[in-house]
Amino acid sequence: MALLDNPVATEPAGVRSGGKSALLKIQEIAKSFGRNVVLRDISLEIAEGEFLTILGESGSGKTTLLRIIAGFEKATSGELWMAGERLDHRPPYRRRVNTVFQHYALFPHLTVEQNVAYGLRVARRPEAEVKQRVSEALDKVKMTAHAPKKPSQISGGQAQRVALARALVNRPQLLLLDEPLSALDANLRRQMQVELKSLQREVGIAFVFVTHDQEEAMVMSDRIALLRSGELEQVASPREIYSHPETAYVAQFIGHTNLLKGEVHSGVVRYGAFSWPSSSPDGPALFSLRPEHIRLSGSSPSVGAVQVRGRILHQAFHGATELIRVECDAGLILVVRTAGGLNAQGEISLEFSPADAVPVRQSSERN
Amino acid sequence: MSAGATNKARSSWLLFHAAAVFAFLYLPIAVLILYSFNGQGVGGFPPHNLTLDWYRTLFDDGAIWDSVLNSVQVALAAMAVSLALGMPAALALDRAQFPGKALFRRLVLLPLILPGIITGLSLLMLFKLTNTKLSLLTIILGHGTALISVATTEVFAGLQKLDRTQEEASLDLGANYWQTFWRITLPNLKLSIIGAALLIFTLSMDEIAVSFFLIGRDNTLPLEIWGRLRRGITPEINAVSTIIFLFSLLTIVFWYRLRLRTEANADLGSELL
Amino acid sequence: MFSRAYRTVVTAPPLVWVTVFLLVPYVLMFCYSFWSVSLSQTIVHSWNLDNYKELIEKPVYWQALLRSMWIAARVMLFSLLLGYPLAYFLSFYAGKRKDLLYQLVIIPLWVSYLVRAYAWKTILGSDGVLNTLLQYVHLTSHPLDFLLYSPFAVVLTLTHIYTPFTILPIYAALEHIPRNLIEASHDLGATPVQTFWKVIFPLSIPGVVAGATFAFVLSLGDFLAPLLLGGPSGIMISNIVVSLFGAAYNWPLGAAISLGMLLVVVSLLFLSERLEKKWSFS
Repeated sequence: MALLDNPVATEPAGVRSGGKSALLKIQEIAKSFGRNVVLRDISLEIAEGEFLTILGESGSGKTTLLRIIAGFEKATSGELWMAGERLDHRPPYRRRVNTVFQHYALFPHLTVEQNVAYGLRVARRPEAEVKQRVSEALDKVKMTAHAPKKPSQISGGQAQRVALARALVNRPQLLLLDEPLSALDANLRRQMQVELKSLQREVGIAFVFVTHDQEEAMVMSDRIALLRSGELEQVASPREIYSHPETAYVAQFIGHTNLLKGEVHSGVVRYGAFSWPSSSPDGPALFSLRPEHIRLSGSSPSVGAVQVRGRILHQAFHGATELIRVECDAGLILVVRTAGGLNAQGEISLEFSPADAVPVRQSSERN
Repeated sequence: MSAGATNKARSSWLLFHAAAVFAFLYLPIAVLILYSFNGQGVGGFPPHNLTLDWYRTLFDDGAIWDSVLNSVQVALAAMAVSLALGMPAALALDRAQFPGKALFRRLVLLPLILPGIITGLSLLMLFKLTNTKLSLLTIILGHGTALISVATTEVFAGLQKLDRTQEEASLDLGANYWQTFWRITLPNLKLSIIGAALLIFTLSMDEIAVSFFLIGRDNTLPLEIWGRLRRGITPEINAVSTIIFLFSLLTIVFWYRLRLRTEANADLGSELL
Repeated sequence: MFSRAYRTVVTAPPLVWVTVFLLVPYVLMFCYSFWSVSLSQTIVHSWNLDNYKELIEKPVYWQALLRSMWIAARVMLFSLLLGYPLAYFLSFYAGKRKDLLYQLVIIPLWVSYLVRAYAWKTILGSDGVLNTLLQYVHLTSHPLDFLLYSPFAVVLTLTHIYTPFTILPIYAALEHIPRNLIEASHDLGATPVQTFWKVIFPLSIPGVVAGATFAFVLSLGDFLAPLLLGGPSGIMISNIVVSLFGAAYNWPLGAAISLGMLLVVVSLLFLSERLEKKWSFS
C-alpha cells in the first residue's frame, strides 16, 4: 500500500505538528462509556516521523485514546484522518497502524519467528520476502538467536523486543506503544528508553507512546501531549513544556516546582513578604518556580534577584543533587535543588531571578 | 462498512445456532413433562385429555417410594464416603509428594471418565470373590468409589484458588498446621465442599450403570424405573421423571444462588481488607 | 508439605480405599479373563487363553466393537459440531448473560441419564410424539421406522446426553484465551475469520480434545441407550458384556472383553493427554 499524498488543508486546524507534514489528524474525538466521560474533544496532529508521547495519570484517558487510534474502540464523536483518508471508519485490520501492547500479547502457540511473521503471512506476502523482512526485524531488536523459541521461554525484556519487531516488520505508517516499558525493572527500562528512541530515529516511523512516567516522556519524546481527565493540558516539546508550563497542573506534573500564589499590582507581584516586577495583568496570579532556579545567596547578592531567608526543614539526597525543604517567612515553604554534598544546617539565604518565576494558569476544575 | 455487516451476520448465525442447540437439549424434557399430563399415554400428537391422574398413581405407588428411600440412603452414605476420602485425596495431590503419586492420581480420576460398566463389573468380581452379598451396601461402596473423583476434583480446584499466603500468615502468627487447617484452609474450601456434596448426591440419586451390577434385593429409584421400562411404558414414568427433573432444577438453582452469595461476600471481604 | 503425621493421616485413607476398590478389582478382572466357565455354570480357576482366542477368532465381537466405535465416533463428531459454536457464542458474544447461559448448559447434566434416554424413547417410537406429529401435519403418511430401535436412535440420544460434556471444557479453554491476543491479531491485519483459525482455534484445542475424549469414551462403553433404543441393529460391545454377566453366564469371557475395553479407554486417555499437552501453552 503506497503512502498517500499530503491532504488538502481544508480540514479544521488541530494542534499543529510544528512544521512537519501531518500524518494523523485527531479531530474533536470524544468518548464516553455510558455516563462516564473519558475523553472530551481531543484535537491533535501527529507529524510524520515524530516521537509523540501521550502523558497522563491513570484515568486520564490516554489508553482509551490510543485504542481509538488503533481501532479497538469507537469514538463517541469526532474524526480521525490519516494521510488524507478517514481512518475511524476502518476496522483495526485495515489500518496502517500497529500496536505494541502493554503486556506484549505474544501468541503463545507460535515461535518468536512466527509471531513476528504473523502480519506478513496474514497479508499473504511471498515467503521469501517474509523470511527476509522477519530476519531484518529480529536483527534490529537483537533477537535473532531466539527465533525458534516460544514466548514461554523468553524473558519480559525479550518479549518486549519481539512485540516491537512484530509490529514494525509490517512497516506501519504509525506505531502505537501502550506503556510498553512499565513491566520492566528500572535499569532495563532506562536502557530500553534509549534503544527505543534510537530505533525510532532509524526507522523514521511516527511513534505514539503512552506513559504515566513524566521522566520517561521527557527523555524520549519530540513532543509531549499531557492529558488530564480526558482533556489536553498542553502539547509541546519537552524543553518547552518544562520551562514554560501553561498551567499549574503541568508545572506540578512534570518535574518538581514551587507554586507561588501572589497578587499583581501595577507591574509588581507581592508574594508574602517578597515582591518582584512582573508583566502579568493586575489581580491574583500563579507562578511556577523550579527548585533548581533557587540558588544559595553568595556573599554579595546578585542584582535584581529576590532575596529569601529561611530555615532548613529537611534534606533529601538524590545522588547528583539534593532537594531541600526550607521554611521561610510567614510559613511559606520552598523546595530548593542544589548540587549534592551541601552540608548546611539551620538558617540559610536563598535568591532567585524574577524571570524564572513563570506565570501559569490555574488549571480548571475537573472531575 | 462491510466489516461491521459480516460481524452482524456472524453473530446472528451464532445466536441462531446457540438457540437451536438449547432447543435440542431442552425440548425432549419439555415433551416429557407435557406428556406426564396426557391422559392417552406417552405417544400421540397432539396431547389431549390433560389430567393429573398419573401423578395420583405415582403418589400411591409404594414400590417407587421404597426405592426413593433406598436411593436417598445410598446417596447420603455415598456423599459421606466420597467426601471423607476425596478431601484428603485432594490435599495429598495438591501438597504431598510420595511414591506412586502419579498412579494414585490417575486411579482416583479414572472413574470420572471410565464407562460405568467397567467400574461396576470390576467391583462385582471383587464382591464375588470375597463372597460378599449384593445389597444396598455394595451399591454404596460402588457409588462411593466412583464418585471420589468428583469430590477430589472439586476440592482440588478450590485448593488451587486458595491464597497460600493466608496459610503462611496463619503460621507466622503462631498457629500450627492443624489449627491452620481448621481455621483457614477448611473455611475457604466450604464452597467447594458444598458443591461437591450436591453434585455427588445428585449423581448418586440417578446413577444406574454401576448400580446395575451391584444391586441386591432392594432397588434404587433409577433401577426401579428401569425395571418398569422393560415391562412397558406408562406416563407414570413421565410423572416421576418430571419430579426428578424439578428436583435437579431446584438443586442447581440453589447451588447457583449459594455460589453467587458466597462470592459476593468474598469480594466484600477483600474490599474491607 | 507439612509434618509427617499430617501427611500420613491425609494420604493413607484414600490410598488404601483406592487400592482395595479400584486397583484390586482391575487386577481381579485381569485374572478372571484367564479363567473359564464349566458346563455346570461354575467358574473354574484354571488359567488359559481360551477367552482371548474366542475374541480374536469369532467375528461377532469384532463387529460389535467396530460398530460401537463407529457410533462413538459419530456421537463425538456431532457433539463437537453442536457444542463448539455454542461454547464460542457463550465466551465471545454472551456478554452479561454469560453466567446464566452457562447454567442453562449445565442443567441438563444434572438431569438423570435415564430420564433423558426415556424421553427420546417416547419421542422416537412409531406411536411416539415425533411420528404422530409428522403425520398430523401431513409431512409423512406412516411412521418412520428408523427413528427408534436403530443405531440412529442411539447416536441421537447419546449426542443429546454428551453435548454438554463437550461444551464445558471447550468453553473453559476459550475463556482462558487472553483477549489482547485477539486485538493483537486484528492489529496485525488479520480479519476475524483469520484470527479464529490462526489464534482462537489452536488455543482451544486442549478443550476440544478433552470434550471429544469424554464423548467418545463414554459412548463407547454405554449399554443403557442401546438396550432402550438400539434394537437388534444397535447392539454395542457393552451389551455383549452385560449378557455374558447375565443370561449368557460367562464371566471370564465378559471379563476379557471388559479388560480389552479398559485397555482401549486407558490408551485413548493417554493419547488425548499427550495431545492436550502438545497444544497447551502458558
